[in-house]
Amino acid sequence: MGTKVLIADDEPNIVVSLSFMMKREGYEVLIARDGSEALAMIRAEKPRLVLLDAMMPGMTGFDVCEAVRADPEVRETRILMLTAKGRESDVARGLGAGADAYITKPFSTRDLAARVRDMLA
Amino acid sequence: MRGERRPRPQVLVALCAAGLALLNFPLLAIWDQPATVFGLPLLPVALFTIWAGLILALALVSEGDAAERGAPGDGTDAPDGQEDDRP
Amino acid sequence: MMTPGMVLGAAFGYLLLLFTIAWYGDRRAAQGRSVIDNATLYALSWGVYCTAWTYFGSVGRAASGGMWFLPIYLGPMLAMLLAWMVVRKMVRIARTYRITSIADFIASRYGKSPLLAALVTLITVVGIVPYIALQLKAVSAGYQVLTGPSAAPVTAWWKDGTLYVALALAAFAVAFGTRHLDLAERHEGMVAAIAFESAVKLVAFIAVGAFVTWGLFDGMDDIWARTEAIPELRTLLRLDQSAASFDYAQWFALTILSMLSVLLLPRQFQVMVVECVNERHIRRAAWLFPLYLLLINIFVLPIAFGGLLHFGPGQENPETFILSLPLASGAHWLALFAYIGGFSAVTGMLIVETVAVSTMVCNDFVMPSLLRLGRFGSREGGDLTRLLLNIRRTAILAVLMLGYFYFRVAGEAYALVSIGLISFAAVAQFAPALLGGMYWRGGTRAGAYGGLIGGFAVWAYTLMLPSVAKSGWIPAGFIDDGPFGLTLLAPERLFGLAQLDYLTHSLFWSLLANVSLYVGLSLARSPSAREASQALLFVDVFRRGGTEPVFWRGRARLDDLRALAGRFLGPVRAQALFDEHAREVGVPVPDLVADARLVDRVERQIAGAVGTASARVMIESVAQEEPLSIDDVLEILDEASQLRGYARALEEATGELRAANEQLKSLDHLKDDFMSSVTHELRTPLTSIRALSELMLDDPEMEAAQRQEFLGIIVSESERLSRLVNQVLDLAKIESGHAEWHNADVDLRALVTDAVRATSELFREGDVSVALDLPEAVPLLRADPDRLTQVMLNLLSNAAKFVPRAGGRVAVTLRDEGESLAVSVRDNGPGVPLAEQATVFEKFRQGGDALTRPPGTGLGLPISRQIVDHFGGTMWLESEPGKGACFAFRLPLRPDGKAGGNDNGHESADR
Repeated sequence: MGTKVLIADDEPNIVVSLSFMMKREGYEVLIARDGSEALAMIRAEKPRLVLLDAMMPGMTGFDVCEAVRADPEVRETRILMLTAKGRESDVARGLGAGADAYITKPFSTRDLAARVRDMLA
Repeated sequence: MRGERRPRPQVLVALCAAGLALLNFPLLAIWDQPATVFGLPLLPVALFTIWAGLILALALVSEGDAAERGAPGDGTDAPDGQEDDRP
Repeated sequence: MMTPGMVLGAAFGYLLLLFTIAWYGDRRAAQGRSVIDNATLYALSWGVYCTAWTYFGSVGRAASGGMWFLPIYLGPMLAMLLAWMVVRKMVRIARTYRITSIADFIASRYGKSPLLAALVTLITVVGIVPYIALQLKAVSAGYQVLTGPSAAPVTAWWKDGTLYVALALAAFAVAFGTRHLDLAERHEGMVAAIAFESAVKLVAFIAVGAFVTWGLFDGMDDIWARTEAIPELRTLLRLDQSAASFDYAQWFALTILSMLSVLLLPRQFQVMVVECVNERHIRRAAWLFPLYLLLINIFVLPIAFGGLLHFGPGQENPETFILSLPLASGAHWLALFAYIGGFSAVTGMLIVETVAVSTMVCNDFVMPSLLRLGRFGSREGGDLTRLLLNIRRTAILAVLMLGYFYFRVAGEAYALVSIGLISFAAVAQFAPALLGGMYWRGGTRAGAYGGLIGGFAVWAYTLMLPSVAKSGWIPAGFIDDGPFGLTLLAPERLFGLAQLDYLTHSLFWSLLANVSLYVGLSLARSPSAREASQALLFVDVFRRGGTEPVFWRGRARLDDLRALAGRFLGPVRAQALFDEHAREVGVPVPDLVADARLVDRVERQIAGAVGTASARVMIESVAQEEPLSIDDVLEILDEASQLRGYARALEEATGELRAANEQLKSLDHLKDDFMSSVTHELRTPLTSIRALSELMLDDPEMEAAQRQEFLGIIVSESERLSRLVNQVLDLAKIESGHAEWHNADVDLRALVTDAVRATSELFREGDVSVALDLPEAVPLLRADPDRLTQVMLNLLSNAAKFVPRAGGRVAVTLRDEGESLAVSVRDNGPGVPLAEQATVFEKFRQGGDALTRPPGTGLGLPISRQIVDHFGGTMWLESEPGKGACFAFRLPLRPDGKAGGNDNGHESADR
């Protein structure tokens, strides 16, 4: 069984591309369509890494990130934040919330894959 | 500093006029009765009550709600922010 | 009875405590951490109004006259109602022009006249000395009550304890009133001690009051019930006592008299005006001070009646009830505390009064004489600050000794209250010149002279002289018969006016003479230029900003000014003064020009040390001054008001700039938000397109079906991208006013029908029923039909997106409302949550949740609303969550002016 990776994004087409990539890399892919579903899944499935979209309706990626870091059960989960907003303040906020890395959309698939490999190494 | 306009001069002058009227002839004669209030003679009780009322009114208009500061209609006050104009 | 050692020990111990407090207050002031920068302490220091006269005299007055002790405190209450205007103006004037005494204030207002200052000082000293004697008498009388009648009455003056009390107080006043030459004459340590004294006397008086009321008797009602039983006492608390009808005129006169005195007594001027740390404190002190007076008066009647009941009428002196009552009941310590309370009332008054009077005597009597003698000719001589201090110290001692002398000679002649009222009536003579000068520009020096001299003369003749006569120094016969047998001039019945009591009579005639002469002479002769300019500076003190006019023309040498300042301020302060001026002007000290502003500055600082009148003389001695004419005054004033006008215009311009900047900032913020949202919306489809393309590029072997799915997504995301770009452009054009509008007469009924038909395919796919409710015909309206169609299509497609999969219903209605037409599109979808209803028309706020949300850009509704707005209409949403949503808009048939647009035939914006 491969390493579990959770993809949390509200854009179905982005989920399609991300899950294809992760499967190609040999990970076991889980999918969440919004923030609260993502948090619930992190707690239930304990994935090693989460690809977390920052802007999701309801609970945002930032909120999820903070909740994960506050929960001793899942605190060690690696989080790679994805955002379509490129402002400095958003990057700062994501890292402030406790994300391990931060990537802006649109991203290069090779960079992303390499980044994920690094983080799971 | 704005906000130095309170209390408004018109209100103060009105209070002073009211005080002068309440504490002199002929209104003073109203209290000149052989009656007592809680066993105390009416006249001093009335005078002290009026007095306390004036203090209360003055305290209220002086310390009143800060949001009302800067009320218009003040001829004697500084027109601008110059508060400390010592040389 | 108590031993003299105990009483004296307590008194001197108390003085020592005062010294400590004053020393602490001064030390804190030197460190820049004022202890008295506090409205409550400021109000307590005003309590110096309550002297021995209050502490002992009120009870005496109440025991013989009932309510008559009260008007002296009701007057201050009324005066305090106006304190925020009057006292604050006095403080502002005194601050601005470095005025340190009431004599200085009046002299400065009327053209910095040295003679006027001297006159005011003279009136003050003559009026105040009996008052000081009264305080000393109280100390002595209280002492005798506590220690019992001494076997051998004190005859030798050097054995009289009162003398030593007076000397000790002089030492205190010297130590804390003239320790150093303060340019503003402020004495923080002294004020701290005075505030403490006010607290002590209040607590002591209330303590005795409570002891009498609940210790000796069974509450106030008990005292009154017993009083009522005694026929000669029961009428005391009525206005009409015995046969004589109530003297309302005297009641009124006392109210007015005390109303003026609380502002004009030298000690009140000192604590209220000169010692004011922050004029904002006046706001609170104005009501705390009358509250203090009320509290200290509450137990006057119980103590008076308690004493009368306890000792029996006519047995003990009521003025010392506050001591004799506790003493007679064995409460020795309370009696001693009460004595300390009275002692603090005395010391507070004496200290402040002598400091205030000594400033006046020094600045307005001694200095001008010395200057006149030429001892301090313009250019020779060293530092004078030490000399000034010594003059003041001597003056303090002299005033106290004068009071002591008066006490020894005339002290027994009068009850405390009568002496106090004579002083009150004397200082009341300042009222027309001082208050008139603050509010009436027309008052002149001649008027002030006339008023003061006339009022003072009448006061002396009708009040002072009879009191001297009653003391037995001069034959008393003239009081009744008039001088030389002229009954018309009888001092207490001038011109046969016999209806008034002697005090009201004197007050009436003296103030009548005072005001008449003040107003009459002021109107009779026009003021000199200097009087006119000072009048403007005083009356309009609140009107000026930083650009005060300086009414001075002439030439001066910088070195002369520096030497002069050095002599009166001391070298250190003088240097600081010039350094500060140089810093403000922006040139080094040696290059300073001795212009009007610098001369004025030096003059004001010197005025703080020696008074305005003397300062004027000194400046005149070193500068070649050009005499000012009224025209010059007006010219200078004109320049100043022009400057002020510029300053105001500049301020307004700055304000506008600031507002514009704020607006730009907030627009910038909005734009920033918008750009951020657009970026997000553009990047999201781009992300899918790029990621899927790269995946296909990397993997040429990808399965055909997979490749097909990816390509489909790429196409639809590309469409989404171009739709978004178009809408952003569209919105930008409408918002910036660059959109083109092709107006025509529109039949809205036909337009709605066409739009429903155009979307029928959409509804049929979703199995949605569409109900149309349209009137037969509606009036034509003038608008761009393509744009309105765009709005309708947007609303209909939104409805189609949100209705449920099965059983979806959409109702379209059109109403003719006379002035306007209204269209609504109602669906039976989930509706819009309350939280989102307010923002649904904002950009990039898409409804629904992300999982089920149909594709959209989040710009359709904002664009629709902009279009409706453009034609003068409104668009709104009615929705109850769970019960569907109804989007509607209303267009006026005759848009007023702004709507419509250019009816040209150019291509409209793409959409």
